[in-house]
Amino acid sequence: MNLVAETAAWLTNPAQWAGQAGIPNRLLEHVLISSISLAVALLLALPAGLAIGHTGRGAGLAAGVANLGRSLPSLAVIALAIPVTVRIDPVLGGTVLPTLVAMVVLAVPPILVNAYTGVAEVDRDLVEAGRGMGMREREILSGIELPVALPVVLGGVRSAAVQIVATATLGAIFGSGGLGRFLVDGIAQNDDGQVFGGVLLVAMLAIATEAAVEILQRLARSGAAGRGSGSTAAIAPGPPVLGA
Amino acid sequence: MIDWGWLAGHVDAIAYRTGQHLYLAAIAVGVGFAISLVLALVAARRRVLYPPISALAGILYTIPSLALFAALISITGFSVVTAEVPLVMYTLVILVRNIVAGLDGVPAEVLEAADGMGHTRRQRLWRVELPLAVPLIVAGLRLATVSTIGLVTITGTISDAFGGLGYFILDGYHRGGFPTEMYAGALPSILLALGADFLFVRAQRRITPWAQTRALEATAS
Repeated sequence: MNLVAETAAWLTNPAQWAGQAGIPNRLLEHVLISSISLAVALLLALPAGLAIGHTGRGAGLAAGVANLGRSLPSLAVIALAIPVTVRIDPVLGGTVLPTLVAMVVLAVPPILVNAYTGVAEVDRDLVEAGRGMGMREREILSGIELPVALPVVLGGVRSAAVQIVATATLGAIFGSGGLGRFLVDGIAQNDDGQVFGGVLLVAMLAIATEAAVEILQRLARSGAAGRGSGSTAAIAPGPPVLGA
Repeated sequence: MIDWGWLAGHVDAIAYRTGQHLYLAAIAVGVGFAISLVLALVAARRRVLYPPISALAGILYTIPSLALFAALISITGFSVVTAEVPLVMYTLVILVRNIVAGLDGVPAEVLEAADGMGHTRRQRLWRVELPLAVPLIVAGLRLATVSTIGLVTITGTISDAFGGLGYFILDGYHRGGFPTEMYAGALPSILLALGADFLFVRAQRRITPWAQTRALEATAS
C-alpha cells in the first residue's frame, strides 16, 4: 500500500476520530498546550518589550535575553526542565509541564524583540506631539505607540505562535499529549499512515495559526495606516529560530 | 543528583557525540548555503521568482522538524540523508531571505555608479552587490547555524545512530529519566549553540567594524 493510500486510510478510519487517542482530542490538547504557553510568553514578554521600547532602557538586557532564548535548543530545555518539574508535580511534571516551559522559552524572544523594536521605531514626532498635547506617558504608550507599532508587535506574536505549534510536537517524545503523539507513536509502531496523517494535521494547524494572526495583522495595519505608520522593521527577515 | 561515575565512563562517548553534532550541523549549513546562494541569485535576477520561492520557504517553515524527520524515514530510511534533508531545508528558509534582503539593501546610487564605471551585470553582482550584502548574509548564517545546532538534537528521533548530543537526552529519558545523561546531552548542546552564536557575533564585528552590531533584530512582520 502506498503512502497516500495509507495516510488516507488512517485519516478516514472512524477509530481515529473518537476517544482520548483520537484526532479531535489530540488536536484539542495541542491547541491547549500552544495557547497556554503563548499566553504565558505574552504575559512575560509583551509588557517588558513595550516598556523597553517606550523608555529605551534595558534594551541591552532584552537583547541578551532574546538572543539566549533563541539559541537554546528546545529539546535541551525540555531535558533540563524535567528533573525540576517532576518535583513540582510528579504526573504533569513528567509529561506536559516541561514542554510548556520549553515553549515559553521559545516564544519569548520573538515577542520581546518585536514589541521593543516596534515601539522604539515609532516616529518620535508623533510621541512628542502627544506629549505636547499633555498626554501622560502611559497614554502615549497605549494611545500612540502601541497602535502604530501593532503590526510589528503582532509579527512577533505570529512568529512565536507558529513556532510553538510546530515545536510543541517534541513534547510527545517526553510523554506529553498533542498531535506530536501521532508522529512519535507512528515511528515507534512503524505506521506510516499515522506518521503522515500526523504530519498533515500539524502542518495544517501551523498554517491555520499563521493565517489567523496574519488576519489580525492586516486589520492592525489598515488601522495604523490612517495614523501614519512607521516603517516596518525587517532586519532579519523571516521567523528567526525554528523548532529547535 | 549527578552521577559522576557515569560521566567519567562516558567521556569518549560525549566527545564522539559532540563531533557528530558539529559535523551534522556543518554539512547542513554548508549545503544549505550553497543552494541558498544559487536560489537567491536566481531570485535577484528574475524578480518574479522570488515571491514563490519565499512563499514555499515560508510554508516549509511551518512543518515541524519532528514531522519532517518522521516523514522522511519511510522514504530514505534510517540514513544520514534523512537527518540532513530537513536540516538543509530549514537553513534555506533563513538564508535565501537574508541573501535576497542583503542584495536588495544595496543602494540604487551604488548600482548606478557601478553601471557608470562600465561594470557588466555579472561584474556588478560579484564586485559590488555581493560584498555589500555580506553583513546580512553573515547574519543569516548566524541564525541558520544556531538553529541547526538545535535541530541536530532532534535527529536522534530517527535512530540512535544520529542526534549528536541529543542522543543522550533521548537515551537518558528512555532510561526512566536519568538526569545525569540528559544533562550530559542538554548542557553541551546549549554550549555549542551559544558558542557558535558568539563566534558569529565576533565575525560580524570584524566584517563591519563601523556598524555597531544591531542589538535587536525584529522578525519580518
